[in-house]
Amino acid sequence: MTLAFGALGSAPFPPELQEHLAGLDGPVRRDDERQATVSDTVLDLVGVTLSFGGVVALTEIDLSVRRGEILAIIGPNGAGKSSIINVISGVYQPDRGQVRLSGRFYAQVPTQQLARLGVARTFQNLALFKGLSVLDNVVIGRAHKTQSSFIEQIVGLGRARTEQTDARSRALDVLDFLHLSHVGDRLAGTLPYGLQKRVELARALVAEPDILLLDEPMAGMTATEKNEMVGFVRAARDRFGTTVVLIEHDIGVVMGLSDRVAVLDYGRKIADGTPDEVQRDQRVIDAYLGVAPENEDGEGI
Amino acid sequence: MSTITYDLPAYRFPARWATPLTWLAIAYLGVPLLGSDYLFEAILLPFLALSLAGLGLNILTGYAGQVSLGSAAFMAVGAFAAFNFNLRIDGLPLIVSMVLAGLAAAGIGLVFGLPSLRLKGFYLAVSTLAAQFFVQWALTKFSWFSNDSASGVIDAPQLSVSGFAFEGPVGRYYFALTVVCVLTLLAYRLVNSQTGRNFIAVRENETAARIIGVPVLKTKLLAFAASSFVIGIAGVLWAFAYLRTVEPAGFNLDRSFQILFIVIIGGLASIRGAFFGAALIVVFPLVLSRLGSFLLGDIFNSGVLDMSQRIVLGALIILFLILEPDGLVALWDRIRKRIGTATVRS
Ligand SMILES: Nc1ncnc2c1ncn2[C@@H]1O[C@H](COP(=O)(O)OP(=O)(O)O)[C@@H](O)[C@H]1O
Ligand SMILES: [Mg+2]
Repeated sequence: MTLAFGALGSAPFPPELQEHLAGLDGPVRRDDERQATVSDTVLDLVGVTLSFGGVVALTEIDLSVRRGEILAIIGPNGAGKSSIINVISGVYQPDRGQVRLSGRFYAQVPTQQLARLGVARTFQNLALFKGLSVLDNVVIGRAHKTQSSFIEQIVGLGRARTEQTDARSRALDVLDFLHLSHVGDRLAGTLPYGLQKRVELARALVAEPDILLLDEPMAGMTATEKNEMVGFVRAARDRFGTTVVLIEHDIGVVMGLSDRVAVLDYGRKIADGTPDEVQRDQRVIDAYLGVAPENEDGEGI
Repeated sequence: MSTITYDLPAYRFPARWATPLTWLAIAYLGVPLLGSDYLFEAILLPFLALSLAGLGLNILTGYAGQVSLGSAAFMAVGAFAAFNFNLRIDGLPLIVSMVLAGLAAAGIGLVFGLPSLRLKGFYLAVSTLAAQFFVQWALTKFSWFSNDSASGVIDAPQLSVSGFAFEGPVGRYYFALTVVCVLTLLAYRLVNSQTGRNFIAVRENETAARIIGVPVLKTKLLAFAASSFVIGIAGVLWAFAYLRTVEPAGFNLDRSFQILFIVIIGGLASIRGAFFGAALIVVFPLVLSRLGSFLLGDIFNSGVLDMSQRIVLGALIILFLILEPDGLVALWDRIRKRIGTATVRS
């Protein structure tokens, strides 16, 4: 946290820290900055530390995500990128620290509430329901909106019917948006990898999330597929105002797509700023050149 | 493009229902004309009861992915509950005691489904054995359940619905057939609903399901309850329509395995699978015994028959698990498709 001051604006810090920092500056600037931060960040991590047995995956991570931005998280394999998304989605419980979502702080985000809190995600390793058709995989993305009981659904009248038609038509729209209509009837497990990744995005988008967490959505894709995916992510943000947190290895993609980049190395955030700022950061260059950071022996992997 | 999508529903609707309607016509009109008493008593009645039990287990194991070895226990609960409701509440219509029996089985299923909230796969299967042993023990231990009959064996009541008695093998066949049809339709509606999709989501990836807002715990318990409801009613058919007696001994672990095999051989997560599997399980021993005594004569006595049944069945299950994990249903669809393309070509 104390590492990368140089590369940072003050906005990425969580509100408390923001206040503290602002207190160090002149009074005029403080008011502006504080207001902007409080109303504009939709997601904050405050001092999140996570370990598995002896392995420390995340150390004191502070991260703030502003409404409507595309934030990329980059870093070498095992740096803790997926762990951040797993903490935000409640799959992992951090040892220390908190996640702020919809104005509330959570020591562990309640996973079963996640969709209702406006968060949807995709997985680094595909997590589609292979035995369902592509369309049904997307329809089920509306699960958090279901109110009807199974008996109403068997009878198929009233709100069960309305929900079903609504979910279906939204799913068809999203399939259309992501150019997946032609595979709607196929079993999800039978699609090529690149298309399955896109179906996962569809399942996340149909929930109309405020925040979209994408764990390597373009991994293993051809250049063409990557370009399409970049287009879809950008279009989703522009069209629905969705805030996007994206993990991606392809630096070209990251620099072109994201508004801001956070860099992880051995579970620590070593930089956080605009693509330009991050690219010029010595620490980032070192990490990517494989030079071991000097003060982290015995930590990380 | 737009014309194709426009035309699809109008064309698909009748096609989808054509096969089930044909089967219904055969079952209701064709079979009773042709069949002998033996066909009804020894083949069709156990087939219907076991199909329904397989259907129930398929909701739980095939769709929701929760393995259970307690099916026979839930059948027993259904059978004994229906018997007692019928016996102890005067003038209760048979259909109502059957629904109550289904609910009783659902309740017991729910209780023994609780471990599924923590356990998976093999461990869950072992914990459902508890249902198997507990229910059998309770039914044998407390003679109240069997109305204090000395032998523990009791006659099933007559099958009558609003004054109309379903008598004789054909009558009982119609009764069982109708019950099976109604429950099959309900099960079909269930597995194609949002709840049915939730079942599959929980089976395939619990974490992903939870993250998109599927109520995982509730979905599992619901699968146990719905499955046990259907299996409970299957138990009523088994006792009231097929055996005509109610006794705990018939609902043992062997039966539980038999139902699991029906689902595996027929096809997991398929409504038709239960019927395919039950047909094979019921018909196969009869074919084997005919074939055996025809080929081997007297050497092929009941002991040999029993042993060869087990061996062949075991081999079949292993073969299916390896070669056709989607069961007879998948095999059947493939054959039909091939015949279809062959006739189109010629
Ligand atoms: N479920 C887990 N159990 C044990 N160790 C884990 C688990 N998840 C992640 N880790 C460890 O945490 C570290 C960070 O992993 P991860 O967040 O997946 O990295 P990245 O996504 O940046 O490649 C790695 O050392 C990894 O081995
Ligand atoms: Mg990762």
